[in-house]
Amino acid sequence: MSRRALQLLLLFALLAVPSVALAVAPDISPAPSAPATQAQIAALQQALDANKAATAAAQSAGDNAWMLTSAALVLLMTGPGLALFYGGLVRKKNILGTMMQSFAMMCLVTILWAIVGYSLAFGHGNAFIGGFEHLFLKGVPIAADPQNFYSPTIPEQTYMIYQLMFAIITPALICGAFAERMKFSAMAIFLSLWSLFVYCPMAHMVWGVGGLLNSSNPHAAFPSFDFAGGTVVHITSGVSALVTCLYMGKRIGYPQTKMQPHSMVLSFIGACLLWVGWFGFNAGSALGASSLATSAFINTHFATATAALGWTIFEWFHNGKPTALGAISGAVAGLVAITPASGFVQPMSALVIGLLAGFFCSFMVFKVKSFFGYDDSLDAFGVHGAGGTVGALLTGVFAASVINPVYKDAAGNPLPSGGIDGHWSQMLNQLTGIGLAWGISIVGTLVLLVFVDKLVGLRVSKEDESEGLDLSQHGEEGYDFAS
Amino acid sequence: MIKIEAILQPSKLDAVKDALLEAGIEGMTILEARGHGRQKGHTEFYRGREYTVDLLPKVKIELVVKDEQKEKTLQAIISTARTGRIGDGKIFISKIDDAIRIRNDERGETAL
Repeated sequence: MSRRALQLLLLFALLAVPSVALAVAPDISPAPSAPATQAQIAALQQALDANKAATAAAQSAGDNAWMLTSAALVLLMTGPGLALFYGGLVRKKNILGTMMQSFAMMCLVTILWAIVGYSLAFGHGNAFIGGFEHLFLKGVPIAADPQNFYSPTIPEQTYMIYQLMFAIITPALICGAFAERMKFSAMAIFLSLWSLFVYCPMAHMVWGVGGLLNSSNPHAAFPSFDFAGGTVVHITSGVSALVTCLYMGKRIGYPQTKMQPHSMVLSFIGACLLWVGWFGFNAGSALGASSLATSAFINTHFATATAALGWTIFEWFHNGKPTALGAISGAVAGLVAITPASGFVQPMSALVIGLLAGFFCSFMVFKVKSFFGYDDSLDAFGVHGAGGTVGALLTGVFAASVINPVYKDAAGNPLPSGGIDGHWSQMLNQLTGIGLAWGISIVGTLVLLVFVDKLVGLRVSKEDESEGLDLSQHGEEGYDFAS
Repeated sequence: MIKIEAILQPSKLDAVKDALLEAGIEGMTILEARGHGRQKGHTEFYRGREYTVDLLPKVKIELVVKDEQKEKTLQAIISTARTGRIGDGKIFISKIDDAIRIRNDERGETAL
């Protein structure tokens, strides 16, 4: 073989290797000629649509799972959480009466909500209250609808049942103020009416479609930040609690007679259940298993820890001892204060909000209550009214657009949200929300109290009060160690 | 027959009970009680409010013994219940007219 022939052979081999490699690699170059047929495009489109639907279904399944779990967690806050927390704080002759108040709300508000409450809170209506289009839950879809104003990724029925749990706990919180002295019948009528005439309008203004204060409503007159109910739940219940205990007067013998909690153990368990349930309350308010839910979860936890610390420090200086009741009361104050802020602020802000709430609420309970001498028996106002107001204000200070870009410019870029972003005028919106919540609570509660007082009388007789609500109202006893 | 009523710190109950059994006392009645003597209770705080708790938990032992068992019984109680601090309790002694065993009508010391 000649030298020349050998060179040709080598050249051929060198050329052949890459072409063999190319032959085994997948053909990524477009087909050189034949344009795609209509059938091929249609098939691709179909596959794309199927993919989109599958993705949406997967997100809906994930979000719905979290939201149903959250709804159950929020119910856990009322029963057994709040029932135990309040039940332990009263004297032992009133424990069943107190627990029954929470339980009655679980039943009565549910029925009202199904019939008319949801419609009044979340129907279209106007800027102040919903309408009647969802009476008996008519037209509340069971399937997720991306166009839905409230819940694009979950069924509106899930949203409805989740919101119901908020409507249950809110009037139940008021029971702390009139503990040990209201008739069961009066309580049932008063709080049922309250949930329709105070809670529903406030929920509509803050969260409802077209609501006056709704920050996700682009036409809201005063977009006020309230992620999970600082105004709707805590200011309304706390301020109504104050009005109720002022209207009803003190318990017989207050403050001379000893009325200390009969079981700190029950209260302790109740407060810890509240803490756990509150993750559903705040992180659930993201309405999906999103990173915003993570943010709210973390903020909730952080603020609770620092608030317990704040209350304990205050008490340690004030009385010389850090009590268990102080620690758990502080924790609840922190949960209250972070509620409006939980989906708007950064974790370090949550630490600050909690600490301030712990100091402020303990000051309200230790100093302000004894200064004015009102008998807010279990401190519903001192914790929920005061904590809710402080939380709503601090939300305006610490809301950060990196966590929740509420305001956007025309191009969709986030604009500053709270004071920390430089948007201090948000404080005016916050103050409007707080003012409206205080106003509707004072007026609504006062009117309802006068009405129910005329109708059945609010207060149990003196004999019944000293005998205790368990025996006088329910004919049974919480504790019977003799049998 | 002598009735001995001893009011004690609850934490001393077990020791006193054992000492009484060792001293040959067979029957006793124990009551949970609350009260105070010169020891005036303590202070509790609930949400900043101060509560003075003046009635403290105590236990009361009641036993009826034969006259000759009296000193032995008292010594058993005193030596085990005493801490030397305020609040150790008190013992009251009284005479008993008669005793009846309900099961079989036995009377007097044989009924003890």
